[in-house]
Amino acid sequence: MNNLSSNLNKNNILEVLNKFKTGIGLLVLIIILSFLSPYFLTIPNLLNIVRQVSIIAIISFGMTMVILTGGIDLSVGSMLAFSGAITAGMIINSGLNVFLAIFIGLAAGTALGLFNGIAVAKAKLPAFIVTLAMMTIARGFTLIYTNGRPISGFDETFRFFGAGYLGRIPVPVVIMFLLLFVIYILLKKTPLGRYIYAIGGNEKATKLSGINTDKIKIAVYALNGFLAAVSGIILTSRLNSAQPMAGEGYELDAIAAVVLGGTSLSGGSGGVVGTIIGALIIAVLNNGLNLLNVSSFYQLVAKGAVILLAVFLDRKSQQQ
Amino acid sequence: MGNEKVLEMKNITKTFPGVKALDRVNFTLKKGEVHALLGENGAGKSTLMKVLNGIHKRDEGEIIVKGDPVEFENTKEAQNAGLAIIHQELELIPHLNVAENIYLGREDKKGIFINYKQLYQNTADVLEMLGVDIDPRAKIKDLNIGSQQMVEIAKAVSQNADILVMDEPTSSLTNQEIDILFELIERLKEQEISIVYISHRLEEVFEICDRVTVLRDGQFVGEVKTAETDEDQLINMMVGRTIEDRFPEMKFNPGEEILRVENLAVPDKIIDASFLLHKGEVLGIAGLMGSGRTELAKAVFGVYKEKTGDIYFKGKKLEINSPADALKNGISYLSEDRKDEGLVLGLPVADNISISVLTTMLKAHTFINAAAEKELAQKYIEDLSIKTPSEMQLVKNLSGGNQQKVVISKLLSTKPEVVILDEPTRGIDVGAKREIYNLMQELVDNGVGVILISSELPEVLNLSNRILVMHEQEIMGELDAADANQEEIMQLATGRRNQ
Repeated sequence: MNNLSSNLNKNNILEVLNKFKTGIGLLVLIIILSFLSPYFLTIPNLLNIVRQVSIIAIISFGMTMVILTGGIDLSVGSMLAFSGAITAGMIINSGLNVFLAIFIGLAAGTALGLFNGIAVAKAKLPAFIVTLAMMTIARGFTLIYTNGRPISGFDETFRFFGAGYLGRIPVPVVIMFLLLFVIYILLKKTPLGRYIYAIGGNEKATKLSGINTDKIKIAVYALNGFLAAVSGIILTSRLNSAQPMAGEGYELDAIAAVVLGGTSLSGGSGGVVGTIIGALIIAVLNNGLNLLNVSSFYQLVAKGAVILLAVFLDRKSQQQ
Repeated sequence: MGNEKVLEMKNITKTFPGVKALDRVNFTLKKGEVHALLGENGAGKSTLMKVLNGIHKRDEGEIIVKGDPVEFENTKEAQNAGLAIIHQELELIPHLNVAENIYLGREDKKGIFINYKQLYQNTADVLEMLGVDIDPRAKIKDLNIGSQQMVEIAKAVSQNADILVMDEPTSSLTNQEIDILFELIERLKEQEISIVYISHRLEEVFEICDRVTVLRDGQFVGEVKTAETDEDQLINMMVGRTIEDRFPEMKFNPGEEILRVENLAVPDKIIDASFLLHKGEVLGIAGLMGSGRTELAKAVFGVYKEKTGDIYFKGKKLEINSPADALKNGISYLSEDRKDEGLVLGLPVADNISISVLTTMLKAHTFINAAAEKELAQKYIEDLSIKTPSEMQLVKNLSGGNQQKVVISKLLSTKPEVVILDEPTRGIDVGAKREIYNLMQELVDNGVGVILISSELPEVLNLSNRILVMHEQEIMGELDAADANQEEIMQLATGRRNQ
């Protein structure tokens, strides 16, 4: 009997370890780096890391939902640039009120996402192709709209969203945690969230259960476009400039964060808490290697190796 | 047919966690004979063949092929020993042509290039030897299922296979295709090729098989010559009890009309179907695989966008354009394929049961009511005695019968007035089958209209009060279950109209 209960305990511990393995990975990374560099574990540096991570993290949240349905979105970087440019243009070129401009920027990103969703759900085109095309189209729109030149020079009100602080906390970090909370609740506590998991697990069965799966998928892609726009506006505000080539390659960083966070690329399992940890692992690694004066060339190799290792370990643990 | 044994399987035992799938089974195959392997679903036919070709490792027993004891590690080794299995799901590559498929991985080469001239010549030779008229250059995707099966057989023969296992080869063939297949089997016999013929269609067994081995619940029941037996004896051997105890005595109480379908048609799927369903009755739908039974059910359930015709529910015309519309109107459908269309395997039991009614039990109009969801799941776990440690267990960890009960719970949660059950007992054990039959009686008692689709004729005959028979996308006729028999159904199912 004793033996049995100790066995059970051992199993429980293993299960808990398995559940929090991404978090434990992050913790181990933080401990190692704090020994290697005295600057690493300081409040300014940690705040710096979370501020840096906020842009990628916000698009990763949207990417998590898309991937949970079994899809993918390669156009987030371009949607981010387009929304940022539109917002900047509305403020600088058209002289619109900042909040109205932000509203239009968010609507622009949502509209692009909506288009992705309709093409995937209604026209039944592969998400990879649809969003690959959108990646190019939205980038083209951005270059057309900006004439290929940055739009810059904002007032204090607009700068607040990317460069401001609430107490000691940078505003982008506050927005990121707010969105994390909302999307976590959406995924775990609402029917929409349940349907997202169900579609990723078995779309046919979900449809035959009377769920309008097309509508859910369209909503997810639109939401993803909205979140890309939020990121784009924060980035524009922080840099005090809307760059036409902003966000290039962010889609891959976002996908990396999602996968590192334990969400299955085939859909149906995972979540945003894992994703934020995944994004933090990448950011902490970059920051640590910077502090250790490792050349950025080597950093790229390290980042790729970590992603590969993490996914390999995840597979291993799932097979057991 | 000689007396030389090409294959002997002796005392084969195979245990899976919790089940003895095979228990000291014997099977012998003589040179040039067609030997039927008969048994109900789950009797162990497929497992025995998987043990034979090395997919499953046997726990005990001996396999002797052409005099030599063998222990195949994989299908490749089995193939080299002259053994080929033609599976129910064909394993051809649709975008390659006939010749490329037959010689896949064994192409004649000129240097580094495929010698196409030789390839087509060899293919033509094989096809001619088998008397099969198919163009070696035709793409597989352009051939019908019957021809694809011929290609699969030609492939096996081209690999010098002399023991062929055919797993339910006629299940998706038309009558004409079946005739061509039987001619081919005769020619294979002449070439002294031995055939294991797995089927549960007795009439076919009597037409082409020399001997029959019957399995039941993983055990060897007996081996008989077809010439010395009859259908009754074989059924008795297969079922091991009289048909009467397999089914409950159903009591029907047909009431007013609940569902009326008029001239329902779906392009390429259903031709002009009309029928009636009353409260408190079970309407059986019989027909061969591919006859349109499932498509008819799905059309009523709103799966197909393109359709014509009218559906009336309690006399009121319905617009059903999606499964959601159907469910809203009290019509529910149990898919024949629970893994592919019924369940989200990676989600818990509770989530699977509640998915259709999630939005009817919300907190603050927004959030899932976890307590109500748990209560709902526990109610059905108890009502249908679903064996699961808790409602949070992932469905993929449940047995087939319990998984089926989870899908049925999902259906019942919508409080349906019309229930369409498509192969509700496929691949589940006898006990669970009986529970599902009892549940159908309960539904009927509560005034629900039930439509039962099944490939098992005894099931349709014993559980329905009226039977529709389908053939090639059409309803061929309606029979009164009380005085219908298997022959009558088969006649209609094979395209001969009611006289």
